[in-house]
Amino acid sequence: MLVIVLYLLIALAFPLYVMLSKSFETYAFRFDTVELQVDRGEGWGETLNAMALGEGLGIVDPGALVTTSDGRFPATSFFPDFSFRAKTLYRIRNTKEGSGGFLVKGRPATGTDWFELTSGEFRRVQIRPSQATGTGNYLSYFSTPALFTSIYNSLMIAMISTIVTVTLAFLYAYALTRSCMRFKGAFKMIAMVPILVPSLLAGIGLIYLFGKQSLVLKVAEWAFGEETVAPWWDMLANGAYGPSEIYGPTGIVIASVFFTFPHALIIIITALSIADARLYEAAIALRAPKPRIFRTVTIPGARYGLISAAFVVFNLVITDFGVPKVIGGQFNVLAVDIYKQVIGQQNFQMGAVVSVVLLIPALIAFTVDRIVQKKQVALLSARAVPYEPKPSRRFDRTMFAYCCFVAFFILGVLAVCQYAALIKFWPYNLSLSLGNYNFDVMDGGGWDSYANSIQMAFYTAIVGTFMVFTGAYMVEKGKGFNSGRTGFQFLAMMPMAIPGMVLGLAYIFFFNHPNNPLNFVYGTMGILVICTVTHFYTVSHLTAVTALKQMDPEFEAVSQSLKQPFTKIFARVTVPVCLPAILDISIYLFVNAMTTVSAVVFLYSPDTTLASVAVLNMDDAGDIAPAAAMGMMIFYTNAGVRLLHAGLTRGLHRRTQAWRTR
Amino acid sequence: MSESGAGGETDRTVYLRIEDLTKKFGGFTALKDVTLEIYEGEFVCFLGPSGCGKTTLLRAIAGLDIQTRGRVEQAGKDISALPPSERDFGIVFQSYALFPNLTVTRNIAYGLENRKASRAEIAARVTELLDLVGLPDQGDKYPAQLSGGQQQRIALARAIATSPGLLLLDEPLSALDAKVRVHLRHEVKDLQRRLGITTVMVTHDQEEALTMADRIVVMNHGVIEQIGTPLEIYRLPATSFVADFIGTMNFVPGTVSGPDRVRLAGVDLACESDGLAEGTAVTVAVRPEDIVVQSVQGGEENAVEARIGEMEFLGSFYRADLVSEGLGEARLRADLSINLVRSQGINEGDPLSVLLPRERIRIYPGSAVRG
Repeated sequence: MLVIVLYLLIALAFPLYVMLSKSFETYAFRFDTVELQVDRGEGWGETLNAMALGEGLGIVDPGALVTTSDGRFPATSFFPDFSFRAKTLYRIRNTKEGSGGFLVKGRPATGTDWFELTSGEFRRVQIRPSQATGTGNYLSYFSTPALFTSIYNSLMIAMISTIVTVTLAFLYAYALTRSCMRFKGAFKMIAMVPILVPSLLAGIGLIYLFGKQSLVLKVAEWAFGEETVAPWWDMLANGAYGPSEIYGPTGIVIASVFFTFPHALIIIITALSIADARLYEAAIALRAPKPRIFRTVTIPGARYGLISAAFVVFNLVITDFGVPKVIGGQFNVLAVDIYKQVIGQQNFQMGAVVSVVLLIPALIAFTVDRIVQKKQVALLSARAVPYEPKPSRRFDRTMFAYCCFVAFFILGVLAVCQYAALIKFWPYNLSLSLGNYNFDVMDGGGWDSYANSIQMAFYTAIVGTFMVFTGAYMVEKGKGFNSGRTGFQFLAMMPMAIPGMVLGLAYIFFFNHPNNPLNFVYGTMGILVICTVTHFYTVSHLTAVTALKQMDPEFEAVSQSLKQPFTKIFARVTVPVCLPAILDISIYLFVNAMTTVSAVVFLYSPDTTLASVAVLNMDDAGDIAPAAAMGMMIFYTNAGVRLLHAGLTRGLHRRTQAWRTR
Repeated sequence: MSESGAGGETDRTVYLRIEDLTKKFGGFTALKDVTLEIYEGEFVCFLGPSGCGKTTLLRAIAGLDIQTRGRVEQAGKDISALPPSERDFGIVFQSYALFPNLTVTRNIAYGLENRKASRAEIAARVTELLDLVGLPDQGDKYPAQLSGGQQQRIALARAIATSPGLLLLDEPLSALDAKVRVHLRHEVKDLQRRLGITTVMVTHDQEEALTMADRIVVMNHGVIEQIGTPLEIYRLPATSFVADFIGTMNFVPGTVSGPDRVRLAGVDLACESDGLAEGTAVTVAVRPEDIVVQSVQGGEENAVEARIGEMEFLGSFYRADLVSEGLGEARLRADLSINLVRSQGINEGDPLSVLLPRERIRIYPGSAVRG
């Protein structure tokens, strides 16, 4: 118990706390606390305050002293006549203990003693910024339009994507649960495919489909002739949303819809399948027309599912980093801002500020989702009779056509990625080649990164399943120490609300701190595993708790009365009965570890590059075809593991059929 | 009491002794200073409405919910602070808690493993137990393939497999159909008698308690209301709560009007007044089946003139509402046998003289009991 609480504290609570305090760390030059003296061969002159000196020279603006932790100011700037060959002597000191001080002879000096230096030594003196705690970072964030417009952008994108995804997923779920069309199983499986690929791959697919060298255009030219298509294409290109516009909000929305579709679908299918047939019979008996039944029975029944799906999608989109990075172009969103601040500008404090800003909508969406889901459970009644759809030719055909369209689009995006990965140089050389699979000559870590990813996913599945299941067992079956268990439950729910980028950044602050005894995990496979387990903790935890809740609460008591050790009931009964849930958790962790980018992008080292990050980096370097190839490798791996899981589950079900069914 | 089914109590050894047991859940007191002795080989029922603390008491004896204060002593040994695994008992829950993924045989053998018994010994013991509970051929099935009654017997077999000194039953029959329940009552009781194992059963079903127990512990609001044989509990309920909870009881408000006399609205009755002072407000209680209807002479002691109100047909008898000026607003329910009604030609609205036998009347101080 203690170990797992400790784990969640170290892997979640402490890093977030450190990040929060980082966002309030400000750096500014405090020239007013630096004093200088010069000896030009006539003894020491008067003591000069650096601030007064700088203002006099017009090189220091007292209103613009803010800088980053890496800001440096050369001391020689205060002496326009400075020459390192002159025999002049310089003295420098702080007037206040503990201020930022300056670098002298390569070492920081923060005391108030005078340093006496020759001009050769003085040449290298750099004044350092002083650290303070305050809201300065937030003020500068909100006074930089380039930064805070991202808030608006992120919210817009998330809201539009949410509306589109939930609408599409509701229709699809409606077709799957309320029609008698054929191939429902296949449609459901295809709809789940986007879970198996990194979100970036959707962006890459869209670029190929609708980008500057659009595959759609090429196919159209091939089909109708270049002359016929060209005027149409030009018209589109000159319109408001021409093909180049795929880089930007349109592309982000389409790709976001693609990768969030299955998440929304699962929730809405669940909501629709708990419908009570008696309600429909009652409505028909009262002669309600069909649209009215839909409005008064179907929608209210699925209401909580729809709201929950909406918030889940909103959260996924607003925290996603892969899609806007690949297809966002110049359109800034919060998640990418964090990446740019940290990786591009090394401005960690500002990265922390953006993280905190991103945390707010994510936390709100998370809270609403939790409240709604609690209500959904209360709706379930044991007396409900499940709804059975009746065949209706026109309706079934319409639904079938719609599902075909969606399934075709999902598979199309993947097929395009695979096609692009296999040809030499789109669109000029269409001959097939495996050249794009020669990852070792590209940025991103080569085939090693693929091996690393599998290794990381494997460890995550093993370690994560163990941690999650044991933790859930303690919460569910533990006795006494109630406040501790409530606290643990809260910690276990938190990761869902924490965007991956934020978690990754918090890990840098926490684990990379030189005084942290856990510093040694930084840059290893270990930190990637810890981070991924934590990132995907919540859903796994809920799965485990649900499975444990279905078990008789008196099993432990019986076992104790029979004087058997606690380990025996755990190994002989609890684990076997929960095995399907345990397998579900491990596969969930594996698949997500393979596709995740956001949390680990800050944490990998040259030895632990990952396939999903390689997709990002290759795309960044312009190697889009190899990026697609790597993305597809992830897809095949995940699909393979999923099939293995399905086989295992089926075998297990057959073996345990005797005791599961009455 | 000589009526006790298991013989006199005085010459028997105390097996389980509970002293001043108190259990609190936060601010709520589930058990208040409960003291109780259970004799060796006895079948004791904890009876009471839900929330009365009976299950809490059982779980304290088992060590599943350790008491806040007080002592539990089993076979002369203080076990107050021991965890369940170091106590000596077998337990059956309402849900049976059979391990769904283990066969019947392995469920029963569960407690026999790790006890230095050989495989053959374990197998022999399991066969013996399956025979004992009357399910000799069901060993290879899984719990989900058995009926509720069969699962119940397997749970019982598992609980007694290790031959514990104490058997605890937590509402073991309440999840079963009415018919199976009645049948199993006898089986469980019979098994307990044959094994001679000290048994404590928790139930909220008075019929179950009356038919199965040697002694009943009636509980309410975390305290023991009465301990006694089924007959004592039924005939001589110690408190108005027990009188009301067990069986059917008429309650009529009255006042003590002299030594061994009590006055109702318009009639004086002779009864044991337990030394209550004159003028004390009391509740007079009498069971419907104790009201005598046949051959009552007017003017006889404790005779009441009444009129028959509504008559409710209950199969083997009628339960009739009696209205009388002597009773004021209160009504008496009396059981009239089918024969009596037929032979006397009794109809609703007829006048009737009834007798409230002096030795069947109980009085309780206070007047706040539902009539």
